[in-house]
Amino acid sequence: MITIGFNSLPIVLLVGTFTGAVSVWQTNYQIEGYVPVRFLGLTTFKAVVIELGPVLTALMLAGRVGASIAAELGTMKVTEQIDALESLAINSVRYLAVPRFFATVFMMPILVIFANMIAILGAWLVAILFLGISTQIFFSEIPHFFHVHDVMSGLLKALFFGGAIALVGCYIGFETRGGAEGVGKATIRSFVLSAVLILVIDYILATMLF
Amino acid sequence: MIEIQEITKSFGDKPVLRGVDLKIDTGESIVIIGRSGCGKSVLLKHLIGLISPDSGRILIDDEDITSMRDSDLYRVRHKFGVLFQSSALFDSMTVRENVCLGLDEHTTKSGEEKMVIAKDKLAMVGLSDVEDLKPAELSGGMKKRVGLARAIAMDPQYVLYDEPTTGLDPIMADIINELIIRLNEQLDVTTIVVTHDMVSAYKVADRIVMLHRGVIMFDGTPAEIKNTDNKVVRQFIEGRAEGPIKPVPIGGISLRGDRSG
Ligand SMILES: Nc1ncnc2c1ncn2[C@@H]1O[C@H](COP(=O)(O)OP(=O)(O)O)[C@@H](O)[C@H]1O
Ligand SMILES: [Mg+2]
Repeated sequence: MITIGFNSLPIVLLVGTFTGAVSVWQTNYQIEGYVPVRFLGLTTFKAVVIELGPVLTALMLAGRVGASIAAELGTMKVTEQIDALESLAINSVRYLAVPRFFATVFMMPILVIFANMIAILGAWLVAILFLGISTQIFFSEIPHFFHVHDVMSGLLKALFFGGAIALVGCYIGFETRGGAEGVGKATIRSFVLSAVLILVIDYILATMLF
Repeated sequence: MIEIQEITKSFGDKPVLRGVDLKIDTGESIVIIGRSGCGKSVLLKHLIGLISPDSGRILIDDEDITSMRDSDLYRVRHKFGVLFQSSALFDSMTVRENVCLGLDEHTTKSGEEKMVIAKDKLAMVGLSDVEDLKPAELSGGMKKRVGLARAIAMDPQYVLYDEPTTGLDPIMADIINELIIRLNEQLDVTTIVVTHDMVSAYKVADRIVMLHRGVIMFDGTPAEIKNTDNKVVRQFIEGRAEGPIKPVPIGGISLRGDRSG
């Protein structure tokens, strides 16, 4: 289980790099002329740790981990392996869902930390290479406006997103019916449902945290 | 002893069981026959509480499992071993891990003791030197036998078989039939087989019941079923398309025309 998560690391890092790169470019375009350029690094930093890092990582994991949980449990369901577990007097939820839930919840914040770091790295590279901003100016305002609260709330979101991904994957997996076709549908439904949930939870948490 | 009392079960608005009454005595070998899709697997799954009935009761040794707490239900399930239609081996585990899973979860036996038990149960179903293989490396007949070894690993009182011979060649089917008979005698278990394979039914049954349109419509010995006048039962056991049982229409088109003649 944990392996699935850490196998996602390359894609998470790739997405992270481009997220940072694009957001610094966009921010630069938007604030040009209104806001002093020394705030560029800070704005990008906040956008990444509060919003982009957690949400984009979660969407990636909804596709990789959530869908794979749904497919795996769905296959076990349609091939009667879940019934077989129960017939051996083993609680299938405890045996299959609980470890997947904790693994996903545990791994989400860690991946988000990686994603945040690489995104900021990407942003910095774009800033110094293409926007002509010095490293010193890029990072100048971050120490003054750095709030632990921002980073923490991003990671808290990550926990909730991880929980949602795992719960949706497990629930849809356990409810799968209809052979291989059913498993295919379960995979898609798991991704769509957890993606929607991630965005909804993001909104709800945003109203509560900020 | 198992008593199934008036159980009904619908999925959506489709009734599958419409009042099934059946008493199964300890030690007997009962075969439940019926057409594909008539609810045989559904009935079997009721016996271990995998499906709960809409109404009616199921008594396992005088305990009603339909109104039981989960923890009690899991306790009762220890009395059962189930061989599933598709064998349902855990495909991420080796044969040994499959056979030992119940022991791992419910006993404190040492690794060595469990190895011995696994070897022993596999030998009982006629397998050796397969412990380290994965299910994907086994043939259909071997999978069934591993599934059976797993089902009897915890020494159950009741062994349930869901279409144990379906999809096997006639020789392998007969090997499985012999196994069912032998385990019934050697392990002193109650055997409940669900099948539409009449060769198998005649061979392993002390008693045959037929499930049709959601009720038990025949109950008797193999000799009695062979001589019954019941037209529905006759059509089924003789395997004819013509008769009172109408083929299920598929996509609105009856297959009847294609199959008769
Ligand atoms: N979990 C379920 N949800 C909905 N319908 C089901 C479910 N399980 C079984 N059925 C339906 O119940 C009927 C009986 O199925 P089953 O017991 O598997 O037949 P069989 O006699 O071939 O074993 C079938 O029409 C099947 O589609
Ligand atoms: Mg069936």
